[in-house]
Amino acid sequence: MDVKLKNLTKKFGAETAVDKMNLDIKDGEFVAFLGPSGCGKTTTLLMTAGIYKPDNGEIIFGDRLVNKVQPKDRNIGMVFQSYALYPHMSVYENIVFSMKLQKKSKKEMMLEADRVAGLLGIGTLLKRKPGQLSGGQQQRVALGRALIKKPELLLFDEPLSNLDARLRITMRSEIKRLQRDLGITSIYVTHDQVEAMTMADRVAVMKDGKLQAFMPPVELHEKPRTKFIAQFVGNPPMNFFDVELKSEGQNMQAFHSKFTLNLDSGRIPGRGGKNVVLGIRPEDIAIDPSSDIKAEILIVEPLGRDDLLQCRIGDLDISILADPKEKHRSGDMIGLDMDSRSFQFFDPESDQSLLWY
Amino acid sequence: MEKEKRNLTGLWFMLPAIILVIVFFFIPVIMTIGISLTDMSSVTGFSAWKWVGFKNYIKIAQHPDSITNFIATLKYVSITLIFFNVGLGLLIAIATNHLKNSIGGFFRAAWLLPRITPPVVYVLMWSMLAADAPYGVINQLFRIPFGLSTTNWVPEYAFLFIVLVNGYIGASFGMIIFSSAIESIPKDIMISSLVDGASYSQRIRHIIIPQLRWPLLFVVTYQTLSLLTSFEYIMILTDGNFSTEVWSLWSYHKALNNYWGNFQYGFGAALAAVLVVVGTLLGIIYMKYFRFDALVQEPKIDEL
Ligand SMILES: Nc1ncnc2c1ncn2[C@@H]1O[C@H](COP(=O)(O)OP(=O)(O)O)[C@@H](O)[C@H]1O
Ligand SMILES: [Mg+2]
Repeated sequence: MDVKLKNLTKKFGAETAVDKMNLDIKDGEFVAFLGPSGCGKTTTLLMTAGIYKPDNGEIIFGDRLVNKVQPKDRNIGMVFQSYALYPHMSVYENIVFSMKLQKKSKKEMMLEADRVAGLLGIGTLLKRKPGQLSGGQQQRVALGRALIKKPELLLFDEPLSNLDARLRITMRSEIKRLQRDLGITSIYVTHDQVEAMTMADRVAVMKDGKLQAFMPPVELHEKPRTKFIAQFVGNPPMNFFDVELKSEGQNMQAFHSKFTLNLDSGRIPGRGGKNVVLGIRPEDIAIDPSSDIKAEILIVEPLGRDDLLQCRIGDLDISILADPKEKHRSGDMIGLDMDSRSFQFFDPESDQSLLWY
Repeated sequence: MEKEKRNLTGLWFMLPAIILVIVFFFIPVIMTIGISLTDMSSVTGFSAWKWVGFKNYIKIAQHPDSITNFIATLKYVSITLIFFNVGLGLLIAIATNHLKNSIGGFFRAAWLLPRITPPVVYVLMWSMLAADAPYGVINQLFRIPFGLSTTNWVPEYAFLFIVLVNGYIGASFGMIIFSSAIESIPKDIMISSLVDGASYSQRIRHIIIPQLRWPLLFVVTYQTLSLLTSFEYIMILTDGNFSTEVWSLWSYHKALNNYWGNFQYGFGAALAAVLVVVGTLLGIIYMKYFRFDALVQEPKIDEL
C-alpha cells in the first residue's frame, strides 16, 4: 500500500510540531524518518497511526483519505521504543490480542501465533509474561504482535534505542530482512543516522517539524541539500570552514586564511556569492607529507578500522581518518590533501547547498 | 548474622507504624472484646461491673433486631460499595481520563468538594434537597411545577438516601486511586492497544481494568471496612430510623446514646466486636481472592 502525506501539520498550542509535511511513500518501501530529538518524527508517526488528529493536511493510504479513520480501522502495526507489551498478558496473549478483538477462532489464533513466533524465533517464550523477558526478546514479541495482523503499513518508533549495541546490529538486519521478505510498507523513526542509512530505501530528514530532504541514503550522503543534512548524515561528521572563491585564469580557487584550495572544474558552485562554506568529509582528506597544508594532530581516537585524528590548522579544527598502521600521535605535524572532487558548498546565510538544488 | 542485623534495622524503621497500630488498633480491640465480656452499663458504672462470659453474644443471637439490622448492614455496605465506591469511582476515573486534562481535572476536583465539607453541612444539604413540601429542592423544582405529588423524601426512600449520601462521597476515594493508577499506565501501551484494533471500550475492558487489580483490591478492602464501621452520615440523616439502623450505628446507640439514658457498654462492645471479626474475615477473603501474595511478589527479572 502506498502512503501519501500532503501538507501535514500538527500544532501543540502555539508550537508547530510538524509543519506542512509532504511525503510520497511507495508500496513496499522502507522509509526512515531521521532527525534530532524533538523534530516531530513521533508526532508524524502518531498522525499516520490515527492517534493524533492533524490540524491540517491529508493522510492517504492507497487512494483512501484516512484523516478521520480510527486507528483500529487503519490496518497498521506499530512497534515502540518501550516495547509497550501488555504486562498482564502472556507473550501468546500479547501476540494474538488483535485477533482476539476480531473474534478469530482459537485454532486460527494458535496457527498464526506459531507462524509469527517461528518467523521471530520466540516459539519457546509464548507462556511467559513480558516481565520475564530480556529487552531483545520483548522487542521480538512486539514485532510479532505487529506482524500477526498482516498490516499494510508498519510503523516503528525508535524500536532499537533501548537495546545494547550488539543486539541493535543484529535486530537491524533482522527487521530489514523481515520487511523485505514480507514486502510491508514501513516507516521507521530514528535519530540514529546509521540505522536510517543502513535500513531504509529512502530517508526523510526532518528538522524543527519540517522535511529537509527525502531521498535514498547514498544520495543523502553524496548530495546533501543543506548543511544540516551534511552535518547530520555521515560518521564522523563533515568538516566545515569559510572560504572565499576567486577565479585564477581557467581555474577556481578557494581561499582560506591559512591555505588555498584548487576546485575541481566539474564541481563548482552554480550559484551564490564568493563567500561560501566549504564542507569535506574526514574520509576525503588524505595524509600527504608533500602537501603545503600543514596540520597539528591534537587527539588520536582509535575507531578500530581507522584512527580519527582531530587536527588543527591555525585556529581551524578539522578531523580526518587515517590508517592505524601509520601510527600517528598527538603533537605530530602532517600534510593534508583534500580531494576537490568531494567538496560540498553551502550558502553561509541560508545553509542551502550551492551544488545540489 | 549480617542478615539478622539488617532485619533488625528494618524493624526500627517500622517502629512508628507498629506503635500506631498497637495504640490505635490492637489496644482498642482488646479493650472492646474485654468490655464485651462484662455487664458494664450506666447502672453498674465503671466499678460495679462483673464478668458475664458470652452472655452479651448470646443476647445478640437472640435479639429480635439482630437479623433486621444485619440485613440492613449487608444491603447498605454491598450496594454502596459495588455501585458507588467502586463502580462510580471507576466510572468517573475512566471517563475523566478520556476527557481533556483540564476538564477532567476540574470535574474530579469538583467531585471532591463534599469530602472537605463538614459532614453536618453536607447532610444538611441533602436534607434540604429532600425536605417535605412545601420545602425541598426536589419538591419545588421537579414536582410542584409539573403538578406532581410531593412527599417527605427521606422517610419515604430512607435506604436509597443513605446509600446516595455515602456513595456520593465514597466514590471520590476510588476515583482518586483509580485515576492515578490509570494515568500511570504507559502512554505507549494505551496507543498500542488502539493500533492493535481495540475500540475505546475494548481498551477499558482488556487493558485498563486488568491493570487496576491492586488499586481495586485496596479500594474494595478499605471501603468495605469503612462502610462497615462509619455511621456519621446515617446518624445525622435518619438516626437509624426508617429501617436504616446499620450495625455500627446500633452499637453506638446501645453503648453511648441510649434513648433511656442506660448506656449498655458491654452489649455495645459485643456488637462492635462482631464488626471487627466480620471485617477481619472479609479482609482475609479479599486478599485470597485477589491473590495478594502474587501482587506483592518481586519481579523475576529486573533488567530490561
Ligand atoms: N502530546 C504533546 N503535547 C505537547 N507537545 C508535544 C506533544 N508531543 C510532542 N510535542 C512537542 O512536539 C515536538 C515534536 O515532538 P516529537 O514528535 O515527539 O519529536 P521526536 O519524536 O522527533 O523526538 C516537540 O517539541 C515536543 O515537545
Ligand atoms: Mg520520538
